[in-house]
Amino acid sequence: MTAVDYVFWVFAILTVGSAAVVVSARSLIYSAFALLFTFFGVAGLYVLLGADFLAAAQLLIYVGGILVLLLFGVMLTHKIYDLNLRTEKTQLLPGLIIATGLFIIVAAVAFKTQWPQAARLPAPTTHEIGRMFLGEYLLAFEAASVLLLVALIGAAMIVRRKKDA
Amino acid sequence: MTTGLEHYLLVSGALLSLGILGLLTRRNAVNVLMSIELILNSANINLVAFSRYGAGNVNGQVFAVFVIVVAAAEVAVALAIVLTMYRLRRTPNLDDADILKG
Repeated sequence: MTAVDYVFWVFAILTVGSAAVVVSARSLIYSAFALLFTFFGVAGLYVLLGADFLAAAQLLIYVGGILVLLLFGVMLTHKIYDLNLRTEKTQLLPGLIIATGLFIIVAAVAFKTQWPQAARLPAPTTHEIGRMFLGEYLLAFEAASVLLLVALIGAAMIVRRKKDA
Repeated sequence: MTTGLEHYLLVSGALLSLGILGLLTRRNAVNVLMSIELILNSANINLVAFSRYGAGNVNGQVFAVFVIVVAAAEVAVALAIVLTMYRLRRTPNLDDADILKG
């Protein structure tokens, strides 16, 4: 095993371990902070895969945006003095059976299939991704900008308090 | 043993299973949203891994960026709905979101 492999396993264990905490923690706040480490681990995996732009985007958008939004969600849907913030679980056994079966199937497929192998990508991908956004994927790029605008306005509309209510 | 595509697929499969588990067993809406984020992240790892090992071009990474964009929009709207539900019902529990029930 080379150093890269060790780093991969460190990030893999960090990602999966903290994801397990997200799912199993009894406190919502613990779940939210474990999610932070999951996102960091995934960003590390992106770096190992040579996706430098995506790793930066992961840190900026997931850690800086989505996680903060989720923390707001946790804080706003509980009373501030309610320190334990417990969350209930239901259907634990069927859920465990389904998730374990799914994992076994996915792992079997991943190891049994002969995947095609390709040459290694050049490391800085930002230039290439930017070129594709404004070329091949221009329509999807513009649609994504409209989607973000609609989501922004829609979210603001949904949570707005009516004046007379 | 060198790290290959199947190891990344294994990590992604584990993330997907954990996300499904959280989706099925949690009752708190914010917790369910976190599980959805886990599932989207696992899909992203798959896209980037195949882009690196399978295709040899950056198409998978472009797709992953779109997934991140959709995830951001989804979380914003979903949290707005959760907050509105909390204001109406004083609970973030999904089982209590039965206002539309006849």
